Amino acid sequence: MSTEPRLVEVRRNVLKQNDLIAAGLRQRFRAAGVYTVSLVSSPGSGKTAFLEKTLTLLGRSRRVAALVGDLATENDAARLRRSQAPVKQITTGTICHLDAAMVRGALEGWDGNSPDFLFIENVGNLVCPSSYDLGEDLRLVLLSVTEGEDKPLKYPTIFNTADIAVITKIDLAKAVEFDWDAALSNIHAVRPNMEVLRVSSKSGEGLDEWLRFLEARAAARTPGRGDRI
Amino acid sequence: MHELSIAISLIEAAEEEAAKHSAASVAAVHLRLGPLAGVEKEALLFSYDLAAEGTSLQGSRLVIEDVPVMVFCPACGERRPIRSMQSFCCATCDAPATEIVQGRELEVVGLEINQ
Repeated sequence: MSTEPRLVEVRRNVLKQNDLIAAGLRQRFRAAGVYTVSLVSSPGSGKTAFLEKTLTLLGRSRRVAALVGDLATENDAARLRRSQAPVKQITTGTICHLDAAMVRGALEGWDGNSPDFLFIENVGNLVCPSSYDLGEDLRLVLLSVTEGEDKPLKYPTIFNTADIAVITKIDLAKAVEFDWDAALSNIHAVRPNMEVLRVSSKSGEGLDEWLRFLEARAAARTPGRGDRI
Repeated sequence: MHELSIAISLIEAAEEEAAKHSAASVAAVHLRLGPLAGVEKEALLFSYDLAAEGTSLQGSRLVIEDVPVMVFCPACGERRPIRSMQSFCCATCDAPATEIVQGRELEVVGLEINQ
């Protein structure tokens, strides 16, 4: 009775399960008035230092909390807790990215689950995190001056899917002869019109502007990531 | 590399769709893949067989259709391809392209099934 296989048309997003969980998280964050920011970058770009400063400074006037993803160790969470904010580590084992289910799991029964601002630090990786919606309002990509100006061209997808770029370690820019024009031009080549901020977590330069940007975005609650195509 | 995670999600999605069509077995899964999905084609093909092992899709083929990035160009007033992944501007008039209308696809669009 066997015949040739029959081709049936279907239409099914492979990450539908993740997207459904992310949509649920987004709805829940909005209902609770939580503005959520995810941070992606390569390892060693200064995500944790930037986040520690952000939690400390913003924490003076707002309730802040952070989830931090890493393959192993609680080191980053321990660093971030110096800011006094509730911080929870998500240890992914061998998995190179966070997904929405991990975020949802981490929020369960956690005292940091309804702050004014929730930060989600992804695993240091410029490839894999781009595929997964975490329910965030804003996806921030960091680029340190020590990494070189052409990172955006090498990893266009993560830069294109981010909402804002933050250039870190600018106190070292002169020492490494960082080419600002090339960096901005490369970022805008892969993501035209993207806002770019410059900070040094060490000297504090640029952090005020970053906090003003964040407050303005949260107040405006611009259309979220889930509203995109 | 996260293609194995993606392949596992892909197998689960295909199994569910196959069940809806009362398939006895699946010969092939057709997938549309855009460059902005963040998934490497070769790595996904490699991971697919591993992920299919021990499932009802074991031995099936994965057929990937590459979907190019398309933008809506405000200057041309039309859907256009971009110059390249390193240059998100209209391939026709070079206007910067911010409105992406295609290229994030990671979707199962067809199953070759035996009933």
